[in-house]
Amino acid sequence: MKLIRFLPGALGVGLLAICAAIPFIGSGYAMSMAISLLMFTSLATAWAMFSGPTNYISLATVAFFGIGAYTAAVLSETVSWPLVLVVAVLVSLVVSLIVGLATLRLRGVYFVIFTFGLSELLRQLVTWYETNQAGSLGRYLFLDITQAQILWQLVALTVLVYIVGWCVQRSRLGLALRMIGADETVAIHSGVNTTFAKMAAFSISAMLMALAGAIVAPRWTYIDPTIAFNSVLSFQVLIMALLGGAARLHGPVLGAVPLVLLFEYLSANFPNYFSVLLGLTFMAIVYVIPNGVAGLLAALAKRLGRRAATAVATGGPV
Amino acid sequence: MSAPILKIQGLVKRFGGLVAVNDMGFSVAQGEIVGLLGPNGSGKTTVLNLVSGALKPNQGSIRLHGTELIGLPPNRIARQGVARTFQLVRVLGSMNALENVKAGLAFGTQPLAGRAADRGAAVLLERVGMADFAQIGAADLTYINQKRLELARALALRPQLLLLDEWLAGLNPSELVDGIALLKSLREEGVTMILVEHVMDAIRSLCDRCVVMNAGRKIADAPPLQALAEPEVVRAYLGDDDA
Repeated sequence: MKLIRFLPGALGVGLLAICAAIPFIGSGYAMSMAISLLMFTSLATAWAMFSGPTNYISLATVAFFGIGAYTAAVLSETVSWPLVLVVAVLVSLVVSLIVGLATLRLRGVYFVIFTFGLSELLRQLVTWYETNQAGSLGRYLFLDITQAQILWQLVALTVLVYIVGWCVQRSRLGLALRMIGADETVAIHSGVNTTFAKMAAFSISAMLMALAGAIVAPRWTYIDPTIAFNSVLSFQVLIMALLGGAARLHGPVLGAVPLVLLFEYLSANFPNYFSVLLGLTFMAIVYVIPNGVAGLLAALAKRLGRRAATAVATGGPV
Repeated sequence: MSAPILKIQGLVKRFGGLVAVNDMGFSVAQGEIVGLLGPNGSGKTTVLNLVSGALKPNQGSIRLHGTELIGLPPNRIARQGVARTFQLVRVLGSMNALENVKAGLAFGTQPLAGRAADRGAAVLLERVGMADFAQIGAADLTYINQKRLELARALALRPQLLLLDEWLAGLNPSELVDGIALLKSLREEGVTMILVEHVMDAIRSLCDRCVVMNAGRKIADAPPLQALAEPEVVRAYLGDDDA
């Protein structure tokens, strides 16, 4: 039983170590796959930090990811890289607080639609600014950041996401978020400052997403608003977290890994039908495993535990 | 009688053209159990919602130990020491019974966490007769146990004042006996309560005083038997003689 408790953690550390070593042992293709895997794992885990316990389904992932990417594009030639990351975090913090104040009173489908609208609004705003004020729609990123450095930063980000997620889950904030998800009325009448709890979690999650965007941006060399604010990303992250299981910290990675591989396979082999197959995948996941892979594993562990217990009790073979 | 712990004055709540609560006023003393009665739609639950902060009144004052509660959000009112249960039972369905009570302990008047919360929650579950159900998911509990759990969660806030909204409604006769006994034991511990209730047995055996409402107004405020015998109360429930 103890072994099972430490297994996910040990497995995770091992996988991260392998990812970090890929620049020395793997091909360029392996490196690009590892970057995708880590990017989506950190995004989906960050998404689940807020949306998992509260059941507030956010489609604003790409808004904060895009903020990070654009901060990198705008500032990378004028300030040092660590400062770029700090600014990306600060900008996403401010935006998430403004958005949070405006939207967290909304519930259910209204919240979903608003967050989707927010991403589109940001895309249009950036497009407007770039064409009318900056004079050109796209931007080039010429940075001395290698693929390997992007990968290592993503490894660090993934570690950070898990540490933050673990702390949030164990804190009073984590309990407050779960109460909000279970019954917001009960939460507020039990003394939970629901507005504060939701804002805090939404902002923490937004800052991590912006970091991911900023770190990955140099990979593109050229970005424009349709690349940085592509709403498909929000849906991909959402479905990864749901497939893996958004209620558990180790859930989203269980969805991110198979889906990154699937997306890769689909876009390589069926580029013309990618969206259709993506949609079918989404539907299949929601129908077949509503509690995600992590939920399935937990149910399986429970059943095995019960079978072992009855076997011991009856003296039968295990 | 000691100084009132809760004092409500001139309370008015309008929903559009409907005046749901009209110039209500009453007070509750320390350790007292006040029944809030009245026919359906007379505004009882609205009063509880105003006290707990779920609704904001149009006029009036609600003071707990002299502190004005009106204008405070429900979470602040809960932390001031007002706990409530709901007319339609509400538990945190995705958590087990123990976690439900710990959720109440974590944000109450004297927040508890960690081991202390585990112990405190176990004591409260025992208190409402649910020691054996600690690890059961709240959504899987029977109706009476969900009601008990809701009560334990409310008690976890260590309230100065407990608001029970038809907590006994929907129980079968034997559960009702258990439920009344449980509330009686709370009464012996000195918990101050406002009960919105239709079960007359419970009202007679539990309440020190009854406030009766009709169409948003207070029509009686007296000990139970006396209040129920008042002509206007009889009229509100049964209609006029010549009707």
